[in-house]
Amino acid sequence: MAKVSFIQEKCKGCKLCVSVCPKHIIKMNDQSLNEKGYHPAEITDMDKCIGCAFCATVCPDCVIIVEK
Amino acid sequence: MGQKLLMKGNEAIAEAAIRAGCLHYFGYPITPQTEIAHYMAKKLPKVGGVFLQAESEVAAINMVYGAGSTGTRVMTSSSSPGISLKQEGLSYLAGSEVPAVVVNIVRGGPGLGGIQPAQSDYFQATKGGGHGDYKQIVLAPSSVQELYELTVEAFNLADRYRIVVMVMGDGILGQMMEVVEFRDKEPIERPDAPWATTGHGCERSQNVITSIHLSPAVLEKMNLSRLEKYKQIEEKECRYELFNDEDAEFFIVAYGTVARIAKSVIETARQEGLNVGLIRPVTLWPFPRKAIDKVMGTAKAFLTVEMSAGQMLEDVMLSVCGRKPVYFHGRMGGMVPAKEDILQKLREMKEQLG
Amino acid sequence: MAIIFQKPKALKDTSMHYCPGCTHGIAHRLVAEALDELEIEGRTIGIASVGCSYNSYDYFGCDMIQAPHGRAPAVATGVKRSKPDSIVFTYQGDGDLAAIGTGEIVHAAARGEKITVIFINNTIYGMTSGQMAPTTLLNQYSTTTPYGRIADLHGYPIKVCELLATLDGPAYIERASLADVKQIKNAKKAVKKAFQVQMAGLGFSMVELLSTCPTNWGLNPLESMNRVKDELVLHYPLGVFKGESLEV
Repeated sequence: MAKVSFIQEKCKGCKLCVSVCPKHIIKMNDQSLNEKGYHPAEITDMDKCIGCAFCATVCPDCVIIVEK
Repeated sequence: MGQKLLMKGNEAIAEAAIRAGCLHYFGYPITPQTEIAHYMAKKLPKVGGVFLQAESEVAAINMVYGAGSTGTRVMTSSSSPGISLKQEGLSYLAGSEVPAVVVNIVRGGPGLGGIQPAQSDYFQATKGGGHGDYKQIVLAPSSVQELYELTVEAFNLADRYRIVVMVMGDGILGQMMEVVEFRDKEPIERPDAPWATTGHGCERSQNVITSIHLSPAVLEKMNLSRLEKYKQIEEKECRYELFNDEDAEFFIVAYGTVARIAKSVIETARQEGLNVGLIRPVTLWPFPRKAIDKVMGTAKAFLTVEMSAGQMLEDVMLSVCGRKPVYFHGRMGGMVPAKEDILQKLREMKEQLG
Repeated sequence: MAIIFQKPKALKDTSMHYCPGCTHGIAHRLVAEALDELEIEGRTIGIASVGCSYNSYDYFGCDMIQAPHGRAPAVATGVKRSKPDSIVFTYQGDGDLAAIGTGEIVHAAARGEKITVIFINNTIYGMTSGQMAPTTLLNQYSTTTPYGRIADLHGYPIKVCELLATLDGPAYIERASLADVKQIKNAKKAVKKAFQVQMAGLGFSMVELLSTCPTNWGLNPLESMNRVKDELVLHYPLGVFKGESLEV
């Protein structure tokens, strides 16, 4: 099991994490905007996460914390 | 007093810097000051110092900026065209308040100019050749002994005020040889530098040396605090020499090499019944306005003499402020004002003003 | 469960000003990870240059100095020569390093200055909004090559790693890329190795990181990453150009 958390207010909605997730479980939360005015990334299906940290590796803003 | 040595001006500067604890020198060859680099190249490695010939004067001043940012006493030297190349660096040093000593052995200009002595970098040195509102202390030695003493003092001033101090000589002063009497112990004052970027060692917060502040309010505040500092320097660090000033009717205002010529003019003038005094600025910035005020009572007129088209002339006029007439005599391109021409000018002044 | 990935300590918490998807942020992280893993932040002095990363001192936690445009290698030289036990790095873009700063970088490398240069090559001037850089590719559009870069008019893009590898001073030169997870992991190794080369006093080290500029390329972040892999890498091949067999 692995867990990924997003520091919402630092996300700029660049979607690079979305593009690299092998499990395709990251999506942009289009229901809310963070204080920068972006739709932040989030994971709804956490139990599919394998903790590969690809998302965090490609994130330019250290938004993503990965636990395993 | 200590050891006496017959020394070339440029070498006295280098020796003075080392005695002042400056063990880092970054320079670039340019006539007529390169002996400073030669001396540093020979001596610094022997005293645990670092001499580095940079790829350009631009690189050299930025190496000075780097070393100075770590709180290290550091110096560079050059001559007019090279000093022009360093102006951006001098503005950065001023904007980030990094102390450094910069030596300018002035030569004829503009452009590639010549290699003979001149004083035509006065405006650049005292009014700021770089961008933005800033000042740097400018010291004007007029003997090899003063090249030594003022270079040592330059480091104390630079550290005391976190400012660039320029020692401004000319091709004659740099190349001539005179006896220098060295002190046994140099009057070195080195305040500690908590602001320096030496690596925080995880024991203090981060230090940042920068001159960019995108917020205009912050940038103005930085400038205002420096103006305060410059005002203090103007009040405390003004230096000049008055010569034969008790009751002279005319005063020559001259510095560096020209001040020496003026002194022999004054001796000869006295024999012709012309009572002439000398005001010799030792700091070009801050300019010694008080010296002008002091003699205003007896002075009928002032004669500024420079190896330029008349640059300090404007500071003299500002200081005299119209109270008395100000005359000018200058030579350019490396020509040196002749004693006879200065005397002739004084005679004309006497005729006009009686 | 343990944390296996988070912001490195040597990076401050400040949110970075870079555009969404700009790989400057990744490059900053890799440098900070190296400082953390090598435990050298305390004795490191970074030199910020002029360009999008002008205020990298707001992001790196180590002592920092702001250098004039192009002069970071000279400033770094002054720092290293006066504090030889410190670790000194410059963080420069392609305009800063390969245009106005060509003299400084060539001579710092030729002297074998024991500093580490982090060179971000995104083939454009970002901060000033999209002008041609010395690394702009032929036919690439920019605000100063509005009809595409034409060799006859604008000359040819400069390969900095290859240029500096002809000098004897450099101990380690590598070009890496930030264009995908695999390449970022390799870039991380390169950055760390560059600092280790400096720690071992072996001479000048530089890592060129092929990077993106979504805003001025007119592409979205993912398209920009692909452009690095499809176009930049062709002209700027990845690999080690000096110090291949170096053990640190």
